[in-house]
Amino acid sequence: MAVTIDTSPDTAAPAESTFRKLTMRSIAWLQAGPMMLVFALFFLLPLVLVVVVSVWDYNEYEMIPALSFRGYTDTFEGCVANLPELCTILKTYLKTLKLCLLTWGLTLMIGFWVAYFLAFHVRSKTWQIVLSLLCTIPFWTSNVIRMIAWIPLLGRNGLVNQGLIGVGVINKPVEWLLFSEFSVVLALVHLFTFFMVVPIFNSMIRIDKRLIEAAYDAGASGWQTLVNIIIPLAKPGIVIGSIFVITIVMGDFVTIGVMGGQQIASAGKIIEARLSALQFPAAAANAVILLGITVLIISALTRIVDVRKEL
Amino acid sequence: MGDKRPRSFYILALFFTAYVLFLYGPMIAIYILSFQGPDGGLTFPMNGVSLTWFGKVFSGGGIVDIGAAFKRSLALGLVVMVITVVLSVAAGMAFRKPFRGASILFYTAIASLIMPSIITSLGIALEFRLVDDFVNKHAADYGLGWLADGYTTAMGLFTSGLGAHLTWTLPFGLLIMFAIFNRFDGRLEEAARDLGATPWQTFRHVVLPIILPSVVGIGLFGFTLSWDELARSSQAIGSVNTLPLELQGLTTTVTKPDIYALGTLTSAVSFVVIFAALSVILVLQARQRRQGSDAGKGMV
Repeated sequence: MAVTIDTSPDTAAPAESTFRKLTMRSIAWLQAGPMMLVFALFFLLPLVLVVVVSVWDYNEYEMIPALSFRGYTDTFEGCVANLPELCTILKTYLKTLKLCLLTWGLTLMIGFWVAYFLAFHVRSKTWQIVLSLLCTIPFWTSNVIRMIAWIPLLGRNGLVNQGLIGVGVINKPVEWLLFSEFSVVLALVHLFTFFMVVPIFNSMIRIDKRLIEAAYDAGASGWQTLVNIIIPLAKPGIVIGSIFVITIVMGDFVTIGVMGGQQIASAGKIIEARLSALQFPAAAANAVILLGITVLIISALTRIVDVRKEL
Repeated sequence: MGDKRPRSFYILALFFTAYVLFLYGPMIAIYILSFQGPDGGLTFPMNGVSLTWFGKVFSGGGIVDIGAAFKRSLALGLVVMVITVVLSVAAGMAFRKPFRGASILFYTAIASLIMPSIITSLGIALEFRLVDDFVNKHAADYGLGWLADGYTTAMGLFTSGLGAHLTWTLPFGLLIMFAIFNRFDGRLEEAARDLGATPWQTFRHVVLPIILPSVVGIGLFGFTLSWDELARSSQAIGSVNTLPLELQGLTTTVTKPDIYALGTLTSAVSFVVIFAALSVILVLQARQRRQGSDAGKGMV
């Protein structure tokens, strides 16, 4: 998607043209202003405040506007002293990264092939729309409900355990199906594969079909076409999808909370816990750390492909 | 590529079907289980069929005041929907002309979209907390003592909550507008101008009818994303809860199928809105086809 800019030649007299340009510009400002204002008030200013408050002092019940790095030092408490043992914060981030990598790998594999099927195998436009909608509708329904929905399947007496016992694979219910890292990753994949499918499909649908025919005519096998033509051309979609999934999972605390039975720590949950203890500067310091890591990952990904050209 | 389907088609078709089952299977399971008999539990088998659990939800049944949360979420969703549609269409129109700050707005929207929700939520919570502290401590200094009297917080459903939801819905609205105008034929507007239409007339009678199906799509995103929003609201909603927040709270305490009944009801609202919006889009598109214009087709 490009930021379309109207460049129609202006044939009016210079003075009038300048006037028109001015009014056009002020109209554009009036049109875009309200949205900019909402973002300024509820996104940009809050972000600035997070950074500012992260270096404030605090006590048990309020924040104190005085320069202090307590939010950070408290967060990294014991990280140097207890070496080589890993401190809580590092352990938590490693766990979050692990969940993130697992989810990323799975959503990428599933998302890629779903998008591939929709883009290259579904030939009628109507079917393409119908099947895309089928994938989109769950995205418009509640995430919490889609998490709760796993309980009757994965629970102690759930369908999976009943089935496995019925077949005779196991003789007592498996406990790790629900409220475990397994169920967290499963739910994350279930919820967020959509964010992978859409951008990859968008890249694939723009691939000129004649390129694939040319490869076929030149004797390329299906695998060679996939590796040498389709994957490189779908790369922008893959990167955009990856950015979505990684940023969502890195900051997630709801899915990890509900599906982990509130027992699994994550980067997002630290912030939530600090907040409920009213330690605002500590929460803000953790948010800044999370933000820094997320930005690092995104900039590494955008090195691979210039996303700006693709938007 | 011949007409005969290659083997890969059948393998991928099977894979796609499995994915769709994976998407819908668990949801369908809880819709069925919400009709459990009075003695039924959280899992299969069904122990009779009844509306007991729906009754429990409506009567309150000991759990939190669901009716109020339901109404709050509905009201907030509708307000978010209207604001998202209006601001997105307006900003989308702005991007058709060059203006200073265009790329700033664009990147802000993208950043807002991919920002981990907890950070946005925390930021808004801090912002309102600072406002509260300020009012409590200093309002009297500025002769605004009346403001501090009985003041508790500026946080609320339609202040911080609304803002939190908009940071999530507006980027979607803006991206949909970009998609629309990427294939919009600008000559139609020029023709209208040449025939003497004012800018407003051009918008009202030429542009809007063409983009209307997609605008309904923006509304659909605006409402459903707000109706289900959880992470951004979590810290920024103030003292009252929206429906998804109540639901999340219930996951740790409820051991009876009433949570499924509530889930089924919540989903029912989503499905009604989704199908209403999709039908309106289909009707509008059919009308466009009948009247001969093929612009702005097929974008949801």
